[in-house]
Amino acid sequence: MNPFQQAQRWPAAVPQLHDYLHATAARLPDKVALVCDGQRLTYAELEASSNALAHALVRRGVRRGDRVVIFADNTVQTVITFWGALKANAVTAIVNSQVKTDKLASLLNDCRAAALVTDARHTAIFAEAAARSAHLKATLIAGPRDESRTAHLPGVVDWDEALAAEPRDTAPPRLNLDIDLAAIVYSSGTTGTPKAIMLTHRNMLTAATSISTYLENVEDDVILNVLPLALTYGLYQLITSVKVGARLVLMRSFAYPAQVLEQLVTEGVTGLPGVPTMYAILAGMQTLRDYDLSKLRYVTNAAAALPVKYIRMLRELLPGAKIYSMYGQTECARGAYLPPEDVDRKPDSIGIAPPNMELWLVDENDEKVGPGQIGQLVIRSAMVMKGYWEKPEDTAERLRPGPLPGEQVLYTGDYGRFDEDGYLYFVSRMDDIIKSRGEKVSPREVENALVDIPGVKEAAVIGVPDPILGQAVKAFLILEPGVALTEKAVQMECGKRLEAFLVPKAVVFVSDLPRTSGGKIKKTDLR
Amino acid sequence: MAIEQRVRDFVTSNFFVSDAASLTDSASLLDQGVVDSTGVLEIIGFIEEAFGLTVEDDEIVPANLDSIARIAAYVERKLGAPGPGGPGSG
Repeated sequence: MNPFQQAQRWPAAVPQLHDYLHATAARLPDKVALVCDGQRLTYAELEASSNALAHALVRRGVRRGDRVVIFADNTVQTVITFWGALKANAVTAIVNSQVKTDKLASLLNDCRAAALVTDARHTAIFAEAAARSAHLKATLIAGPRDESRTAHLPGVVDWDEALAAEPRDTAPPRLNLDIDLAAIVYSSGTTGTPKAIMLTHRNMLTAATSISTYLENVEDDVILNVLPLALTYGLYQLITSVKVGARLVLMRSFAYPAQVLEQLVTEGVTGLPGVPTMYAILAGMQTLRDYDLSKLRYVTNAAAALPVKYIRMLRELLPGAKIYSMYGQTECARGAYLPPEDVDRKPDSIGIAPPNMELWLVDENDEKVGPGQIGQLVIRSAMVMKGYWEKPEDTAERLRPGPLPGEQVLYTGDYGRFDEDGYLYFVSRMDDIIKSRGEKVSPREVENALVDIPGVKEAAVIGVPDPILGQAVKAFLILEPGVALTEKAVQMECGKRLEAFLVPKAVVFVSDLPRTSGGKIKKTDLR
Repeated sequence: MAIEQRVRDFVTSNFFVSDAASLTDSASLLDQGVVDSTGVLEIIGFIEEAFGLTVEDDEIVPANLDSIARIAAYVERKLGAPGPGGPGSG
């Protein structure tokens, strides 16, 4: 027998990520775990459905370590599939539902996905992408499936049909170890080609434990999440809420703030994770004070720094709630958090290391720097990723030898400084990644799409300050001689190739771009 | 130009809808991935600018804004209404 496919003799000896669900379902079977799309699922239902999904995947040829891509919004099926794929000893990859056909096709091939779980409402995107995949064994589609556009896809089956006859009481045998991968998360890289961050069960168990500890999450918590589960910030809301037996109210986006506020009130939400764009939108609402938000125990901010004026607004609006400013990246879910009792005296700090983590700053010679000095942030923790999927050079750049022989620590690529009390302040990124409404935007990825447009000769993309988005994407274009394009036309072309948040908000046509003596575009002069 | 057509022109050009003909008037803009949270703000900006209306916070709901037909109906109601809080504003 292939030892790699052998069941563990002592499956419960060391926990894996999905044991959170198993344990909570045993303890609180009838408690509502998930509120989403008008449905309310108990822990027992979530456990049973994810067992069935796991069997459905295994039956269709998904083996230990295979990648299962979930291409969907924040839906009930996304949640069930995340847990079910783990139970099938597979690796989950939740892909942002805004991704367009070409990118989805390239992601499916990059990770050689064995299964795609998706939603009929995204048929226009996935039908062609899945058809181009060389590795898919199964395509599970939730919602009313368009037979004519999907019949040709590998192993295509309706979600409901796939789960209907499967065992629901137990999961397939455990084959994985805790050092196996639980997830890969695609992120915008500086080179413009997306890279997948590999996270092991142990990485994610460590992160969930650390985060839920300092947030003091408890069973009585009700967490409202509008952040995409495709981002780790969103995904950890699901994981920590299941870990502690809380209730997750899952919404698809923050597009309709009044709806979100109503849910906050009716569900008695105690925890709200957000990004600066959300708080900027809330700050502009006249009716904000009409909502009874007294149950809110805490609010978190991550993805980009929360301007101090919004911290003050939240403090005033929610006097009973703790405000957590946090810092993290997909490579390491959480690198720092500001203890809420410090938010008034150090509002612009990102705080201290979360439990079970060490941080330091180094200069360009890899020497540690002291308080007040700026250096690259280095993280030592079991939370730190395993590496970039099949990108050893990129991995070696970020994961470098640490103090112990053989260990690796994360060189974050972020500059920071410590104050005399040991509190960390974010200064800047080493690369030119733009943060727009909490999402990472790789200028290179946008530039690649721009020069792909017929008539565009050269492109340079920068981030410019924006009151709502944090940073807005701005493009400078040199056109081929004799070509005339409008801003709108360029944006339309980008929209065919890129997720909406990558499409430049402003396009400027120039005859030349500022350059260094070596001929490289000097982006600092574009600002 | 009819309100519905103006709304359609705005949505398809502002949100880079590559296949505008396939976007039906009743399709959910959120489901179709046409708009996201900042996209809704842009729709509000368009309504206020193009029709001289004020969109109240509690009117920013899918029932009013999540399809071309719903936006057009909402604008028509508001234009016919005596002011904020008029018929159909909830």
